[in-house]
Amino acid sequence: MASLKELKGRINSVKSTQKITKAKQMVAASKLRKAQANAEAARPYATRLAAVMGSLASKVTVSESSPKLLAGTGRDAVHLLVVANSDKGLCGGFNSNIVKAARLKARSLEAEGRKVLFYLIGKKGRAVIRREFPGQILAGFDTSTVREAGYAEAEQIARELLDLYAAGKFDIAHLFYSRFRNSLIQEPTEQQIIPVPVLNAPAPKVAAIETAGAAIEYEPDEEEVLAALLPRYLNTQLFGALLENSASEQGASMTAMDNATRNAGDLIQRLTIQYNRSRQAAITTELIEIIAGAEAL
Amino acid sequence: MAELHFELVTPTRLVRSEDVYMVVVPGTEGEAGILVGHAPLMTALKDEPLQVWRNEGGAPELIRITGGFAEVSLTGLTVLAEHVID
Repeated sequence: MASLKELKGRINSVKSTQKITKAKQMVAASKLRKAQANAEAARPYATRLAAVMGSLASKVTVSESSPKLLAGTGRDAVHLLVVANSDKGLCGGFNSNIVKAARLKARSLEAEGRKVLFYLIGKKGRAVIRREFPGQILAGFDTSTVREAGYAEAEQIARELLDLYAAGKFDIAHLFYSRFRNSLIQEPTEQQIIPVPVLNAPAPKVAAIETAGAAIEYEPDEEEVLAALLPRYLNTQLFGALLENSASEQGASMTAMDNATRNAGDLIQRLTIQYNRSRQAAITTELIEIIAGAEAL
Repeated sequence: MAELHFELVTPTRLVRSEDVYMVVVPGTEGEAGILVGHAPLMTALKDEPLQVWRNEGGAPELIRITGGFAEVSLTGLTVLAEHVID
């Protein structure tokens, strides 16, 4: 049986752990609100752009001369998995779920004889992927230098991806991130980003631009407008993923920390009962000793 | 007279949503003054300021944007810009 002093020490250490988890939970709750507001603010642009892309895509046919970003390289030998993780832990299964989804995809692609490379965003998940797929990490992007990954970061990532694409390092890119449903549910999601899958994308729900039969005039012409919009569409997709990810991270963190705080509470209660019992036992023993001593006189 | 509904959207926020008299957009093929009832149009924009005329004859307000794209539909003018420089 642990001594009273040991028990006291354990209770105190669990108490300070609980303080940390509680603090982290509250921080996550307030950051979640902010992340959700950010995601909300990004929506008008994304829906508008999707509507424009949708109406353009129906007018342009993919051919040899189409931009590579739309038509692809004509091969699908090398797949790049862009895995977006967070920089910090203490958020439950958030990062490992994303990594797991990416790992499954990588394994199934490898089984089909494709080459798989990784592009990692964020600090977490690096170690796992490096261990499981040694030498297959093409590049990465560090988001830990900024407080919040924003549009500037999305642009930078997109630029790097486009450079790699132009250099012929990969043929198809998939993006892995966590879609935010609510603070309890975050779904690891996979999405093809390069070549841009506009043509087979489901028609955007926002009623495409109303023209009431009038023909839309394009300047310079459909294809050039589309070519100009493609990189921007990629930026928006990455930006959307980063936003979803940060909301998911905070949501997962909040839930995980809530559980941890509650577990710590249970543990403290159990230890306290044990502590009280031991103390009582010690007092009883001492009393018996005193009484026995007094009787012996 | 009816006014043109003008929206300026960036990836991070809705910058403007208001009714104005006219907006001159710097299209890649030349500037275009968009008034209410303009025919549907989509054009990429140069990185030059938008001129927003709140009312006829007044001085235009300049909004500097980069990575812009303008879309005119029956509901009005929407400018999608990557950055708005304040």
